[in-house]
Amino acid sequence: MEIIIQFITENIVMLYILVLAIYLGMEVISKVPTVLHTPLMSGANAVSGVVIIGAIWLIRNAEPDNYFVLIIGFFGIALASINVVGGFAVTNRMLEMFKKKKKK
Amino acid sequence: MERPILDFLYLVSIVFFIVGLRGLSHPESARRGNLLAAAGMILAIIITLFYPFGNTPNNYGWIAGGILVGTVIGSVAAIKVKMTKMPEMVSIFNGFGGACTMLIAITEFRTLPPGTELLSGQVFTVIFSVFIGSVAFSGSLVAYGKLDGFLRDSIRLPFPQIVNGVLLLVIIFFGGYIMMMDELNYTIVLILLGLSIIYGITFVMPIGGGDMPVVISLLNSFTGIGAAAAGLIYGNQVMIVGGILVGASGTFLTILMCEAMNRSLINVIIGGLGATTFTGGDDKDKVVKEASHGDTAILLKYSQKVLIVPGYGLAVAQAQHACHELESMLEKEGVQVRYGIHPVAGRMPGHMNVLLAEADVPYDKLLEMEEANKELPTTDVVLVIGANDVVNPAAKTDTGSPIYGMPIIDVEMAKNVIIMKRSMRTGYAGIDNPLFYGDKTKMLFGDAKDSLNKLKSEISNA
Repeated sequence: MEIIIQFITENIVMLYILVLAIYLGMEVISKVPTVLHTPLMSGANAVSGVVIIGAIWLIRNAEPDNYFVLIIGFFGIALASINVVGGFAVTNRMLEMFKKKKKK
Repeated sequence: MERPILDFLYLVSIVFFIVGLRGLSHPESARRGNLLAAAGMILAIIITLFYPFGNTPNNYGWIAGGILVGTVIGSVAAIKVKMTKMPEMVSIFNGFGGACTMLIAITEFRTLPPGTELLSGQVFTVIFSVFIGSVAFSGSLVAYGKLDGFLRDSIRLPFPQIVNGVLLLVIIFFGGYIMMMDELNYTIVLILLGLSIIYGITFVMPIGGGDMPVVISLLNSFTGIGAAAAGLIYGNQVMIVGGILVGASGTFLTILMCEAMNRSLINVIIGGLGATTFTGGDDKDKVVKEASHGDTAILLKYSQKVLIVPGYGLAVAQAQHACHELESMLEKEGVQVRYGIHPVAGRMPGHMNVLLAEADVPYDKLLEMEEANKELPTTDVVLVIGANDVVNPAAKTDTGSPIYGMPIIDVEMAKNVIIMKRSMRTGYAGIDNPLFYGDKTKMLFGDAKDSLNKLKSEISNA
């Protein structure tokens, strides 16, 4: 019990952010038409690559001879970059198709 | 730069994410929304690169290398991928995001100073990140395998629900055990990692291939939650808010998709649709009428209203362009042609819209399921191209059918139904379709693209 209270006290601001962000996340995509489900999923998927920040943080704070962390961090960054770059690029490609046809 | 400025810029990138996702949910602002979210991500990455942590080694070479490798692979994959393979692509990208969460979380254990109090919220968050990252990773890979077809639904585990339940309890036990230890035992962490990866596999494995879009959306929200949990480890707001935004919107989107299929999320996860073996009635009195290209062409040409119902078969055959050409030809002959799009046609909601958009089919020709059903009684010919489960009347009538309750495009209301299909094989749900034996139904066998091209030449000759 103590530990839970301690955790809440230490992270109260984070918890506020957490709750508000959950609500925001649901609100922000309400009333999305079916047509956009796939691009939205793909775009949201790219945003989830934000975990790359953690990997960068990890490497920047690692000792230069700590190859375990460096190599794991390297793979983490590479994988997350694929997620981010690929995700946004693929979403853009999908959405471009909608746009091209609208101009006509 | 000073910390407060950088912290403020982090806030700016969060706003970009929010406005971007908001934009993505409306057709006219979708593209800008996506670019905004991407800009937010670039900003967040740049801030992190230069954030003053104190006297840190930085190791910029490693970071640059990782970003370079990832960017090259990611952009090549995104440019090269065929539109029909989109669901597979999203699935695998998502798995990579999960893998990153998993990797940084296990490293976090490694860097805990000896003698750290393990019974803490911090350690709990790390354990949780390991778990959710691993599940998102291995689950996405299984989903990829199922969509790609190299993992068949027939690969079955005995008592999947029980296995999953027990596995989850064991994982919780090990998680608790780690927190109760006096000194961190890294082997236990690796056991936890292994079990979580296995759980991701056994979680997705029993779910039928037809339900993969829902699963990918769910795993996508897992990746988001994982990113947020990792953000808690580092106390980084961008990761927390970005991750939770994806987690919440992903969960919400998952529920929307389930609603489109008239099923609950629990039903999708436990039901294991594709794994159900469904035995229809006896096949004796079932007669299939076959149509020729010539007959079909004439039927189409002298109709007033035609509705095309596309499915995954159209995507596989890359027939969207041929389909659009046929449609324009018929329009020139004075036939009104429109498309009836089922919400889960193809392998992802909206998949058909993307494909037809690629072929320049005008937006206003695409009818959603309800509109299409309203039009059907006055429609002369329905052309079902490579769709199966979404027009299966068993969903309405047969309470024993695994897709019972799913709304369908009720093509039998139209005067004639032409089904273009390669063979009599069942659709993704693996069940028989009574529509094929209906009075109004004729089958036009062959590859969708070939058949459409033949129809085109027959129409111009007729």
